[in-house]
Amino acid sequence: MIEGILIGLSTALSLTNILMVMVGCFAGTIIGMLPGLGPMTAIALMIPITYGFDPSTGLILMAGVYYGAVFGGSTSSILLNAPGIPGTVATAFDGYPMAQQGKAGKALAIAAYSSFAGGTISAIFLLVAAPSLSKVSLAFRSPDYFALMILGLTAISAFSSKGQFLKAMMMVILGLMLATVGQDSLSDITRFTFNNMNLTDGISFVLIVMATFAMSEALTIIFRGKDPNRAAKQISLTELGSIKVNKEETIKMAKTIPRSSILGFLIGVLPGAGATIASFLAYGMERNYVNEEEKQKFGKGSVHGLSAPETANNAACSGSFVPLLTLGIPGSGTTAVMLGALLGFGIQPGPRLYQTNPEIFWSVIMSMYIGMVVLLILNLPLIPYIARILAVPRNYLIPLILFFSVTGIYLMSFNNFDIFLMIGIAVVATFLRLYDFPMPPLILAFVLGGLMEETLRRSLLISDGSPNFLWDRPITLIILLITITIVGWQIFSTFRKKS
Amino acid sequence: MRISPTKFISLLFLVLSVFYLYTAYNIQVFAFDENAPFNARTFPIYLGWAGIILSSLKIILPEKITTEVNHKHLDYKSIICLIIISLIYAAVILKIGYFISTSLFLFASYYFLGERRWGLMFILSFPFVAAFMYLLHGLLNIYLRDPFLKYIGVMG
Repeated sequence: MIEGILIGLSTALSLTNILMVMVGCFAGTIIGMLPGLGPMTAIALMIPITYGFDPSTGLILMAGVYYGAVFGGSTSSILLNAPGIPGTVATAFDGYPMAQQGKAGKALAIAAYSSFAGGTISAIFLLVAAPSLSKVSLAFRSPDYFALMILGLTAISAFSSKGQFLKAMMMVILGLMLATVGQDSLSDITRFTFNNMNLTDGISFVLIVMATFAMSEALTIIFRGKDPNRAAKQISLTELGSIKVNKEETIKMAKTIPRSSILGFLIGVLPGAGATIASFLAYGMERNYVNEEEKQKFGKGSVHGLSAPETANNAACSGSFVPLLTLGIPGSGTTAVMLGALLGFGIQPGPRLYQTNPEIFWSVIMSMYIGMVVLLILNLPLIPYIARILAVPRNYLIPLILFFSVTGIYLMSFNNFDIFLMIGIAVVATFLRLYDFPMPPLILAFVLGGLMEETLRRSLLISDGSPNFLWDRPITLIILLITITIVGWQIFSTFRKKS
Repeated sequence: MRISPTKFISLLFLVLSVFYLYTAYNIQVFAFDENAPFNARTFPIYLGWAGIILSSLKIILPEKITTEVNHKHLDYKSIICLIIISLIYAAVILKIGYFISTSLFLFASYYFLGERRWGLMFILSFPFVAAFMYLLHGLLNIYLRDPFLKYIGVMG
């Protein structure tokens, strides 16, 4: 193994490859910050460019683009409350409030450090345990996935509801309802389209997230413009751009990072689960771990709340390489694009890759890691400048947020129906937010809706329509028991507060 | 009797869930799929019932935490203006193209939000959109449909 790591390192550290990873990180950060363009698009855009390179150089460029795009996505989440990809939605919960308090530079720095630490820890896991973890990945069946998704949705409802669990659960159902619009994945039967052709393909994630987060946030700022409690504070540019993290915050991060890395990596190993569930579960788990005083800070700019999802989503990104490299199964859209790129270079990932071509296996892993190191070195000095976006006066910032939201949608569909739909959803979301109906459960439910229906379908077909699948397998039963405990705790705490 | 806004929203959600459930029962499935353990109707039916149960609970159960909103502090005029501008933008984007519609949308939004520095408003609309289009179309090779720019020969 050591020999493999050294070969991987020597390949990745050549001058050309270092230059490539720098270019990749920079391009990835820019692309990731643009609305609607996530790591998947960024890597896909690089594939034609890399065909002329040798495999290791091409993969290193893509690694840089990948981590750059993930960081770019976190940046727009933190600064504008506009997460371009599902994996960075949870980052906005505490990152955006922190940025609003004039600590945008600090929030971006915490995100960068957490991502780096999460990536480092998970890269070590990947080195040590990749082959054996592939068996865990295969042990998960449809009922387990279904139970895991129910757990994820219940957890996010419990933790983001601020004591209003029923409201959050209603938002979960609304998100799942929106996810059922369009063609059924198996039978192709159209549902809830009301004969409108534009709805046949369903509603896109970017549309929902831009409407409920970015656009609705912009409308809320305008709507509550006269509210004396919400009057804009004078933010100093020095404080805004400062990336200094004090001792107390470092200790908080140090506590959060190890547990979120482990959780993120393990969730990432499961095909299909990926960075989204990992980041939401890490956020929920972290809220459970901290003391009562810290718990109250969640959703208002908590260091734990920002560090946990950022660590977990990066750890999950590395974890998702386990099924790709060891089984040849891409666990997420991004790894599917990476699989295409690997195949283009004549590399066939699978159980034999680790034994027959260890140098390729290790150079892929090492190049991913070097991508992360370079990203940290390159982006930290840029943070003070990026953070100044928030110093743009409200009269300019709001139209620019609306412009980015609309452009993100227009780029995807080139029709105006989606823009009308987005405006409609944003208006509804603005009113719902006014009365404390939380949006994160809606987003997670929307993202998981399709997969949840598919796993429920498989589970019910296997068990011939019987609900026994929920308790037949120990893994399913354990996950379900955790879910019941969360719901039970919510009911108990409601009655306790009343009494 | 005064109904709280939260309960009113829950009532609307109940109506939506009933409508959703009714539509779910009316989804046309293949004849051979009609009695299958799972078909295109199954999941939406579960969701419809879940929506009805949850919203009914919210309406029936007493409110532990009430959300108070002072309507005097809400700026209805500006938000309605912004929504109308956005709707007009959505309506014309296909007809007059991305460049002109987006630039005009930005210019009008700055104006309605109280900005009067005309030079800055211009720079942050027309040249800004042009630069953004160049980044997407020229550098990243992401196709951006614009009939107007195509007509005058700027875009291929």
